[in-house]
Amino acid sequence: MSTTITEEQIEKLVIESLATFGADPDDITRDATFEALDIDSLDLAELSQIVNEQYGVELKGSDVAEVKTVDDAMKLIAERL
Amino acid sequence: MERVVVTGVGAVTPLGVGARALHERWSAGVCGISGGEGACADFNPTDFLSAKEARRADRFTQLALAACAEAIADAGWGDGADGGGAGASGARGGRAGAEARELPYAPERVGCVLGTGVGGIATLTGGQDTLRERGGEYVSPLSVPLMMSNAAAGALSMAHGLRGPSFAVSSACASGAHAIGSALRMLQHGEADAVVAGGSEAGLTPLARAAFSALDALSTSGVSRPFDARRDGFVMGEGAAVLVLERADAASARGARVLGTIRGYGASSDAHHITAPREDGLGQAGAMRAALADAGVEPEDIDYVNAHGTSTPLNDRAETHAIKLALGEHAQRIPVSSTKSAIGHLLGAAGAVEAVATLLALRDRIAPPTLGLSEPDEGLDLDYVPDTARPLSHNGDRPALALSNSFGFGGHNAVLCLEAP
Repeated sequence: MSTTITEEQIEKLVIESLATFGADPDDITRDATFEALDIDSLDLAELSQIVNEQYGVELKGSDVAEVKTVDDAMKLIAERL
Repeated sequence: MERVVVTGVGAVTPLGVGARALHERWSAGVCGISGGEGACADFNPTDFLSAKEARRADRFTQLALAACAEAIADAGWGDGADGGGAGASGARGGRAGAEARELPYAPERVGCVLGTGVGGIATLTGGQDTLRERGGEYVSPLSVPLMMSNAAAGALSMAHGLRGPSFAVSSACASGAHAIGSALRMLQHGEADAVVAGGSEAGLTPLARAAFSALDALSTSGVSRPFDARRDGFVMGEGAAVLVLERADAASARGARVLGTIRGYGASSDAHHITAPREDGLGQAGAMRAALADAGVEPEDIDYVNAHGTSTPLNDRAETHAIKLALGEHAQRIPVSSTKSAIGHLLGAAGAVEAVATLLALRDRIAPPTLGLSEPDEGLDLDYVPDTARPLSHNGDRPALALSNSFGFGGHNAVLCLEAP
């Protein structure tokens, strides 16, 4: 399954999720920090749940705690696929 | 004892968004009940909250945030020299005070006490559905922060940067009154200079309907007609009300407009039955007497009683006994009416909503009506103000005084003595 998931797909999932959590879609770039997007630990817990549901990948709380930017989150997801 | 004044009020009720809608429409005899329930149909959360704030809040918290923003604007907080406004502002509550109005006191001297009967029941039942249908790994991480009973109190403190004591109060249908009473004590004991206090409930869910129906507590006719011979239970409603309470000297020092005074608070327990009140009204009368004593007034000083008046056969009879026990012969001489005839029973929000309605009625020297009352039940012989509002027959050279009764499952009784200048 993992071989069929592209970077673009991961990016789309992350961006759509962050927008659902209330981040302004115009502000969501790869370099944007979660702090600037007002994305907090509860949002990242939701994101982990969505990633698990979509890709069957479990992100641990300790992994997610290190994630600071949109790009960090995408790389972490890609690593675990 | 330090006097505690009300400088701002806000409400979202089945009569509309805003304390003014509650007061003016109830006084005009408008009923907000539709289809057997009192829903806040006009309430749109994103009129008051950002998309993020709205999805981070159960409906009971959303209602509380809207009522609180109105109350704080009404108190003139953040308005500079202007000591008070009037009515809903639509002000947004910013997270952690980012968009909040500037407080007139040190943030750690402003508290928040909010009552609720059940908290985020829609979040709870939604999470249960997810658990059953999809499995535990799909239950939202937002479940706990949304459903916990103190979620609204926490959200209010965050929205307005209130860093004094904050917590939730839960005593079923007396929660709102207990919250205001707790805030009063907090201020009297010098723990804060101001407290944002009230109640909120959003229980119009299939589970709550089924559960109250199983108790035979809900009206099968869908009509709230307190004290009437045909009354057959309460009509469930939702909503919130928040009052800004301040130490009178502090409010005076900042030039605040004063809506009224929380003169007294009395609480008691029936210690009798988990849902039924004592038929003789003794426990309820005890709370009324305690409120009078706390206010330092006599029964003859009371101009109006805002009854708990649920429209259940048991409450309205017991409460009539209680009013007679507490006020003696004076009970026959003053108007007694029920806000629940116009909006249904707002459970944990009821005491706060009714305190706001009582205060504004006192200010305008009127007794709003008990709607739907055409045939008072045998033995229920107080002046329940049927159909239309009436001027208070009040000695104009002193402030007007009222009692607002709230009684909850569990045998919890809480009564506020309110004064308007």
